[in-house]
Amino acid sequence: MNYETLDTSRTQRTLTGTAQLLLALHLDGPLFVALCLVGGVGSIVLFSASGRSLPMLEAHLLRFALGLVAMIMLAQIPPRLIRTIAPWAYVIGLLLLFAVMFLGDITMGAQRWLDLGVVRFQPSEIMKLAVPLACAWWLHERPLPPSLTSLAIVGAGIGLPTLLIAEQPDLGTALLVAAAGGMVVLMAGLQLRYILSVVGLLIPVAYGAWRFLLHDYQRQRILTFLDPQSDPLGSGYHIIQSQIAIGSGGVFGKGYLNGSQAQLEFLPERSTDFIFAVVGEEWGLIGLTTVILLFMFVIGRSLYLAATAQDTFARLASGSLALTFCVYVFVNTGMVTGLMPVVGVPLPFISYGGTAMVTLMAGFGILMSLCAKKKLVSR
Amino acid sequence: MARSVRIKDHHAEQRLFEGRAIAAAIIMLVALGSVIARLVWLQVVQYDYFADLSQGNRIKIEPIPPNRGLILDRNGLPLATNAPSYQLELTREQVSDIDATLVGLAKLGLLDNADFASLKKDIRSRRIFEAVPIKLQLTEQELARFAARRYQFPGVEIRPRLTRYYPLAASSVHAIGYVGAISEEDEKTLDLTEYAGTTLTGKAGVERAYERELHGRAGVQQLLVNAQGRSVERIGKDAVNLERQEPVAGNDLFLTIDLRVQQAAEEALRGQRAAAVAIDPTNGDVIAFVSTPAFDPNLFARGLSRPQYLALTEDPDRPMYDRALRGVYPPGSTVKPLFALGALEAGVVSAHDTRFCRGMWSSPGYGRARRDWKPGGHGTVDMRRALATSCDIYFFDIARLMGIDRMASFVSQFGLGAATGIDIEGERLGIVPSSEWKKRAYKRPEFQVWFPGDTISVGIGQGQMLVTPLQLANAIAALAAKGQRFKPRLVRAVRDVQTGKVREISPVSLPNVKVADPGEWEVAQGGMFDVVNATHGTARYYLQPAPVYKMAGKSGTAQVFSVAINERVRKAGELAEHLRDHALFVGFAPYDAPKIAVAVVVENAPGGGSAFASPIARRIMDRYLLTSEQWAEQEAKRKPTGPVATPTNTE
Repeated sequence: MNYETLDTSRTQRTLTGTAQLLLALHLDGPLFVALCLVGGVGSIVLFSASGRSLPMLEAHLLRFALGLVAMIMLAQIPPRLIRTIAPWAYVIGLLLLFAVMFLGDITMGAQRWLDLGVVRFQPSEIMKLAVPLACAWWLHERPLPPSLTSLAIVGAGIGLPTLLIAEQPDLGTALLVAAAGGMVVLMAGLQLRYILSVVGLLIPVAYGAWRFLLHDYQRQRILTFLDPQSDPLGSGYHIIQSQIAIGSGGVFGKGYLNGSQAQLEFLPERSTDFIFAVVGEEWGLIGLTTVILLFMFVIGRSLYLAATAQDTFARLASGSLALTFCVYVFVNTGMVTGLMPVVGVPLPFISYGGTAMVTLMAGFGILMSLCAKKKLVSR
Repeated sequence: MARSVRIKDHHAEQRLFEGRAIAAAIIMLVALGSVIARLVWLQVVQYDYFADLSQGNRIKIEPIPPNRGLILDRNGLPLATNAPSYQLELTREQVSDIDATLVGLAKLGLLDNADFASLKKDIRSRRIFEAVPIKLQLTEQELARFAARRYQFPGVEIRPRLTRYYPLAASSVHAIGYVGAISEEDEKTLDLTEYAGTTLTGKAGVERAYERELHGRAGVQQLLVNAQGRSVERIGKDAVNLERQEPVAGNDLFLTIDLRVQQAAEEALRGQRAAAVAIDPTNGDVIAFVSTPAFDPNLFARGLSRPQYLALTEDPDRPMYDRALRGVYPPGSTVKPLFALGALEAGVVSAHDTRFCRGMWSSPGYGRARRDWKPGGHGTVDMRRALATSCDIYFFDIARLMGIDRMASFVSQFGLGAATGIDIEGERLGIVPSSEWKKRAYKRPEFQVWFPGDTISVGIGQGQMLVTPLQLANAIAALAAKGQRFKPRLVRAVRDVQTGKVREISPVSLPNVKVADPGEWEVAQGGMFDVVNATHGTARYYLQPAPVYKMAGKSGTAQVFSVAINERVRKAGELAEHLRDHALFVGFAPYDAPKIAVAVVVENAPGGGSAFASPIARRIMDRYLLTSEQWAEQEAKRKPTGPVATPTNTE
């Protein structure tokens, strides 16, 4: 090999090589890099938030690696196969939800887990992906914007799993599943007048849910959100403490491993749902803005990929996955900063624990498969 | 779908999607931008405020447990109170060797080796500077023993606090229930913020059913903590202004139980495996609720060791078992007044129809010939006399005439075979057999068939019929009140500790039993009156005439060992104790305006229902209806002979 003839530096060649590898694996370079960056930031923050627990860090990294593997593997599946599987995944997920209802394990007062002997998992996680895929599958071959009949069917298809999950009770996941399905409908071009009338309908529905559907503790959460000081020892404690942690971080933060709120355990659930506050305390406004910008990039890039995808199914499914991710980020950061009520939604890739990370990575794998450039890659 | 066919326009859809994607991106920018704006607000504008607060967070919030509400009897006598006690607490960071410390404490007799595993798990699950209770209530001696060797146990402290105390120990325990350490099971149902400082919660009886009323609301106090989060002393007056929000004590409960009657009943049943329930027929108030043997609930509040717990659960007499609520027994002849009423209501017999009883009964198709409990029989009996003499032959015949399904549906109206709805948990339902029930109860078709012979056994309260003492008492209360029914209840009022206001709980009515002719009540009640008061009544001989009031009742003897054996072998005493019959008695008083209905069940009793159980029921009624002087007088008369007199003549 004659290196002189190649008019490129060594770095350039490495980069080109990596780009080709990513292309060959149907992975989107910018998105892949951004996700890895978020994962890396997450691991660093978690180490501090967990009280320097190495076992937790290991578990977190292991999950991230597992997620990467899932993402890469899913990216290899031809888009057409994903489209074929979509309705079946939905049906199986629904059956599993029913199974949980009757056979599920009850942990911490909630019936979410299905024990398969070897592993225990939450079927609601499957639904986070299966619901938007199935909605996209239903809508993609019908003329868009969708007809009323179509909308009614999709609405029922979203509503049933949402109710089942809300009954478990797991309001956070139920909202995410509903949002994922709803995003498909919005992206499919739902007319503005429908959107407005749904918003109009939501008010009486919200009132009904408040009266009859919500559990006491869920109602309490919303009440405390409106007035955190009313329950300083209970649910309000979370919000007050997380705002203190963030606010006291200032612009530059107190320094890594130096957050007094987090390290002294004043901040509850600091390694899971409230980890964003740990970032705020130790890295300040600069750290938080960086994290949010990273997330924005991930979302923006995903939306761009969706918009340039080849067919309707790919567009709808990936658009929904991108926006659901946005909902995740907004609900969590909004909750921790006191803009939203306390709903148990983790911060993607940074919060510790759960199968959520693997599910999210799997979602991005699907997105990459659906949006891979056909011109460049032969299948 | 015959409407205008819309054709997919891929380019239009692509444009539509792009529009939406741009809108979505803008919404995302606005949403996450608002988060960033919020962050600027918190971290830049409000920075000084929060930085201050975070310093102030050296003040830690700690919960203060509320005092548990008291449980009082209907007259305000205390049944469950709170008493100061001392508990042993261990702080991990101050103990160099936890194992050695625990072993040392065990040597002093303060801990049990068997509890080490769970204790260590508990200690390790808390933060290192948190004090973990390792023994809940120390006795005076234990306190002294520990105090003498305290220097050997750095990191182990004595802390005074209020814990549950049951001044009467085992009395009323099956009604009151008990409190015990909060288990993982409990944590699922309790609001953990409210229980953050509480160690005990209701486990059974009223303590469990009224947990919400009794617990109260936790208070909050601020503690000054150092940089490591440990509590430090306050120094000087003006050091830090620490806030304290006082806990709100739980509400006091007034029970319907009359402690004097309860204790008289417990005294009368001492040494037996037995249950007695007394109910006020006018409102369903449970006046006495006894299950013996009982146990000392203080053991649970104090925290009992594994051997102590095993001793309780493995006792063959099962002191933890609530016989009044959960024991199921064949009612025997005590159910006859209900069947008599049912027969009148069904119209299969009139009160004056007679049967001639020669001590044997048989009918084609109804299986083997049956024997009356009295060899030779009772001669000519009408309904009232059949009840008074407890003539089995008469009731075999009305069972045949009514048929099982009419019998079952009639007694079910009195609440047999169903939950009475009493305000504590754990009721057993019992069984009122019927052809329908048999279909449900058995899987194999050959067992599902109802045989006419089965009906005949049910006619005298045998066969597969099973009732709880509580159901029996409530059914007799309904009979005494001529069909008026209530849910039995143990709690009559709640006293709000803050305002001192007493909130009465109104009695809950149940659907009444209606009969076509009110005179039918008089027949059934009259038969029961004769049981006690007529010379031919089965219980007459065993009961002195009551002063002041007249009572009515019905005895019953439930076979445990049902083999066709002759009278000689059947006699109690020649059978092993656990094979002896159960003695039952139900009754009410005063006859004209009933104020108390009683059911007594004595397992494997040394005598039958009339001989052994009726004097016990009578003592319960006496205590409730007589003045203290009259009661003392009656007791004095009873004491020398005891409840069981030797028969000197036969009826």
